Amino acid sequence: MSRFLLRRLAFLLLTLLITSIIVFAVTQLLPGDVARIILGREAGEQALEQLRQKLGLNDPPFVQYGRWLWNFMRGDWGDSFSTRMPIRAVVLQRLRNSLMLAGTIVALALPLALTAGVIAGLNRDRPVDNLISIASLSVVGLPEFVTGLVLIEVLSFKLHILPANSSIPVQASFFEALPMLILPALTATLVLLAYIARLTRAGVIEELKQPYVRTAVLKGLSWTTVTFRHVLRNALLPTITVIAISFGWLISGLIVVENVFNYPGLGRLLVFAIDRRDLPLLQAITMITVLGYALSNLGADLIYAALNPRIRLG
Amino acid sequence: MIAAGNSGAAPPRGRRLNALLAGLYRHSASALGTSIVVLFLTLALIGPLIAPFGLNEQIATDALAPPSGKHLFGTDLLGRDVFSRVILGARQVLELAGTGTLIAVLLGTSIGLFSGYRGGWLDELVMRFFDSLLSLPALLLALLLLGTLGPSQRSVLVVIAVVYTPIVARVVRSVALSVKTKGFIDAARLQGESLGRILFREIFPSALPTLAVEASLRFSYAIFLVASLGFLGIGVQPPSPDWGLMVKEARAYVSQAPWALYFPAGAIAMIVVGVNLMADGLKRELQASRE
Amino acid sequence: MHSEHRNGDTLKIEDLTVSYHTGGTSVQALRSLSLNIRFGETYGIVGESGSGKSTLALAVMGFLPANGAIESGRIIFQGEELRGRSRTAMRALWGMRMALVPQDPLASLNPSLRIGAQVAEVLQQHLGLKGEALRQRVLELLRTVRLSDPERVYASYPHQVSGGQQQRALIAMALSTEPELLVLDEPTTGLDTTTQAAVLDLIRDLMRVRGTAALYVTHNLGVVARVCDRVAVLYAGELVEDGPTNGLYRQPLHPYTRGLLDSVPRLGENKSAVRLRSIQGSIPALDELPGGCIFRPRCSLAIEICKQDPPLNPSGEGRTSRCHRWEEILRGEVSARQKTPDASLAKPHTARDETILGMEEVEVHFHRGLTLREMITAGRPPGVRAVDGVDLQVGRGSTLGLVGESGSGKTTLARAVMGLTPRTAGEMFLLGSELPAGLGQRDKETRTHLQIVIQNPSEALNPYLTIGESLRRPLQTLLGLSRSEADSRVHDLLEAVHLQPEYARRFPVELSGGEKQRVVIARAFTTNPDLLVADEAVSSLDVSVQASILNLLSELQAEHASGMLFISHDLAVVGFLADDIAVIYLGKLMERSPVRTVFDPPYHPYTEALLSAIPLIDPAAEQVEIRLEGEVPAASQIPAGCPFHTRCHRFLGDICVEEKPPWRRNEAGKEIYCHIPLDELERKQSRPFAFDSGMEQRG
Repeated sequence: MSRFLLRRLAFLLLTLLITSIIVFAVTQLLPGDVARIILGREAGEQALEQLRQKLGLNDPPFVQYGRWLWNFMRGDWGDSFSTRMPIRAVVLQRLRNSLMLAGTIVALALPLALTAGVIAGLNRDRPVDNLISIASLSVVGLPEFVTGLVLIEVLSFKLHILPANSSIPVQASFFEALPMLILPALTATLVLLAYIARLTRAGVIEELKQPYVRTAVLKGLSWTTVTFRHVLRNALLPTITVIAISFGWLISGLIVVENVFNYPGLGRLLVFAIDRRDLPLLQAITMITVLGYALSNLGADLIYAALNPRIRLG
Repeated sequence: MIAAGNSGAAPPRGRRLNALLAGLYRHSASALGTSIVVLFLTLALIGPLIAPFGLNEQIATDALAPPSGKHLFGTDLLGRDVFSRVILGARQVLELAGTGTLIAVLLGTSIGLFSGYRGGWLDELVMRFFDSLLSLPALLLALLLLGTLGPSQRSVLVVIAVVYTPIVARVVRSVALSVKTKGFIDAARLQGESLGRILFREIFPSALPTLAVEASLRFSYAIFLVASLGFLGIGVQPPSPDWGLMVKEARAYVSQAPWALYFPAGAIAMIVVGVNLMADGLKRELQASRE
Repeated sequence: MHSEHRNGDTLKIEDLTVSYHTGGTSVQALRSLSLNIRFGETYGIVGESGSGKSTLALAVMGFLPANGAIESGRIIFQGEELRGRSRTAMRALWGMRMALVPQDPLASLNPSLRIGAQVAEVLQQHLGLKGEALRQRVLELLRTVRLSDPERVYASYPHQVSGGQQQRALIAMALSTEPELLVLDEPTTGLDTTTQAAVLDLIRDLMRVRGTAALYVTHNLGVVARVCDRVAVLYAGELVEDGPTNGLYRQPLHPYTRGLLDSVPRLGENKSAVRLRSIQGSIPALDELPGGCIFRPRCSLAIEICKQDPPLNPSGEGRTSRCHRWEEILRGEVSARQKTPDASLAKPHTARDETILGMEEVEVHFHRGLTLREMITAGRPPGVRAVDGVDLQVGRGSTLGLVGESGSGKTTLARAVMGLTPRTAGEMFLLGSELPAGLGQRDKETRTHLQIVIQNPSEALNPYLTIGESLRRPLQTLLGLSRSEADSRVHDLLEAVHLQPEYARRFPVELSGGEKQRVVIARAFTTNPDLLVADEAVSSLDVSVQASILNLLSELQAEHASGMLFISHDLAVVGFLADDIAVIYLGKLMERSPVRTVFDPPYHPYTEALLSAIPLIDPAAEQVEIRLEGEVPAASQIPAGCPFHTRCHRFLGDICVEEKPPWRRNEAGKEIYCHIPLDELERKQSRPFAFDSGMEQRG
């Protein structure tokens, strides 16, 4: 078990390292002359050169990368190109908001998705499965801005239940923000729900085919015992990994949803950074997101390992 | 002394394709999906022939007109015919998503086959790199690239290829890994077959069913991605008839002309759901033919 | 319990027909099958693929798959009709009064529950046991199935114990409530010969003691002979013959049974003295059954009347036969035997003729390169010594048989010869010149001298290429023929393996297992090789097809004067085909002997154990019970000294643990790797098996 843990940790660090190289390469090397991006097209050659000196852009790439990574790890994320303000405070503030929204989404989506997936899987090819399957297939690929706009139309404009705009004050507490969180959360939930439910269903169906299920049934055990003690115990294990993967979806979804609802989270900040070609801001947001995603994957791996005797006792 | 199992995989291509289509049309969901896909493909092909107005033809007097006989889907703020733009947008999105997916499939298949068959440190290296790419959520990676490449049609193509190549490669590689241990690959090696033949003639056909499903899923996600980027205003730029972009533009005056928003949004929803339903049917059929 | 049935039938099956529906069509997997299992009787159901034997097991348990249904007939268990019973009603019987011992023990156990808990579940459900009493009862059951360390198995998860132990746990589970009927579905298939023998002993002894009725489903004629009182032979969904095991094996009254018994080589038979009579043709698909007698197209006795459905004729002594001509067979007026193959008996060769392939101290150790992950964690997998110093010779025209259980390294050795897995040390010589280790270093010339018949025919041919293309390629690549030249040669190749030329246009999926294997053999002989490696060439084939493949192999080998390395886990098959035999255990050779000396003492103790473990195809045969202790060690933890010492029944003491044994040779040419001198071995050992002399002689 501890061997497994160590291996996962090393694996995580390696992934983060490669990802940071990718992020750095894409944001710093690919765009060409960073100094020109900052100063604009009209800037004189002298001013450009001065800035290059200041930012160390004339150093070899790996030196630049090393300095950048070191600074990032120390917590010095630099100043924004566009606002000239330190990035860290802004990003952390927005991160908190995004996590609030994400938490609401997960709390809504998970129980529903697992229940729907298990019900569909256990009743394969019966009407209830067809209903759940087609419904989830229909939502799974819909862009959040489409579902979001439909929800706004119905719940805000027609029924006036929830606000269409979620531009909460940046410092708002969770309970102050809650009413404004529901609609964006609902939007992202739909997609996530469908995604997790489909994979859960597949897991249950796969498990039902296993010979040990037959053994259990032919022991004369009751349906509930067979289902809960045997099938679900094994079927839900891989779902933990599924949930971790779906966090990738969640992040993609958040970016769109935050922009649909004007919610002040990382996703909005990201689009802002791209609009302004604000490279340090872009770097910081990407790195923090990747870190969060990697940690959630690690967490899922560990829970999976702890619950799975084949790994725990390998 | 145990009886030989079935090796799966059926003969002649033509017969197989017909059986596949028949299978897709046996279930109502996949029949609907396939029909939607066919409809949109037709629109993309003959769009310019049936669109009553030009792409950016502005009829100022008709601005913000509701749906009518003249303008089936109404007009937008600039007086452009929404029906024509939705139809012409079909070609735009299918071309972009289709080409992007195609590049990703070609690259991903080649890399996946080679990496999986060759194995060893090279495979380890390639896959580690791809895993790291995949540890960036798709939209984030797309935005990161667009942020540096600048928004344009070409950038969107690059984005789709970069985001989906690793996924396709991983799927194809897993097939290559399982196929390369089979006896017929040993036989090919012993005969001294070339690497190209082993990869593309001996291994590739086994990957085809999985690849077909994966490619159609990728296609649907590519449409999703193109639309989302359009909506965020960092993908294809105006005055392109990109559906996502149309939704974004129409949002500003949605209370005056909701049709300018809902028709392109509906088009996105339809095509994505259609491709998904078809892909699901495809998966079911190919699985059934293997069992 | 239910003592009123003590003398009656535990299970009566009357006129049972079961069909499966797939994609709008339906096939009958079982047709009007009737049989009675008496109290305390072990009833064997033997059949090849498609015979419906597994369907029968599931139908009896009332657990047919969703697309399967009982069309007609009755299943009466202890006087109660089972057909039409609801799931809920069956639940009271399942695990309590009838239990299943399944195939594939690992998959049949829940991977995330401890074994103890899985056994306990049955007792909890049906007998309401709880707490310490429950635990004690489970441990007692685990002891009953002769698990040496019940406490450990109780607390283990399935993946932590061996296949044999898993199967014992499943047997314990099935027996826990002392059910009246046990259904065993190929319970030892997939286990190694030595493990299988111990599990079969257990099953036989338990049946004797408890008086449980059992339905034992298998494809293995030897297993039936060892454990069953009665046997029913199934063919393509019909019961063709049944009766007490002894009588049925001694004088089969149906040509199919006769054919089955004739097509398997008996332990100790060799091609130089005996010819296998294969059954012509192949098993029909269930949707293409011939009218009348379903065996007619393959039967050597078929006459006009056979176009009518034969009844199930009672033939006395509790036997029945579904053959129109059973009386003629019984009276000996006709012989149900298939015709003898044309070829004359093979003449013996030995390795000491011109040597084709030589090996000296060949080793294949896997120290695979470190993966990136391992570089970081510094975790290095222990080296696996798959093949560990092997010396062998194969002579021109002769066959060297290599026998070993799973994990013995026999397949790795085959791959090393072919260059598919390069050897890591030692020398190999082909036709006197050195054979490079890796495939990449071998020139085209060398490759044409070496060919292989790959293990599993369904994986040996690319399912997406036509048979023609599969056969054409080696002609083009190795012999440099043009495409049209190659195409015309394909015709001859197919003819040589007795397949019609039109097969060239087919895909593998359109061929039966035996036909695929013929194609694979044809491909192997494309280049007229000097050495042929055959790795488990017949083990995935049905019994009735095996014989014709074995005959074909030796026929072609004689024609091409090739040397052959024939690898199998089945000592009877190897003994039949080989001129010399090598026995391999954990990557090391234990014994190397000319075939005529292999079946007589002295033996290597491991060979001795193997010979006594093989289920003989003769219910009256006598066999010494030598059962090995423990499990085969992992190839990464090969014991020091003699690798066999951890399980050896003739273990001497420290010397076996500390020192590598010497190779000892006697005047008959037998070579044995053991610390015990050969004369001493010979004194201690007797032939551990003997067929009943009353069995019909073959020839």
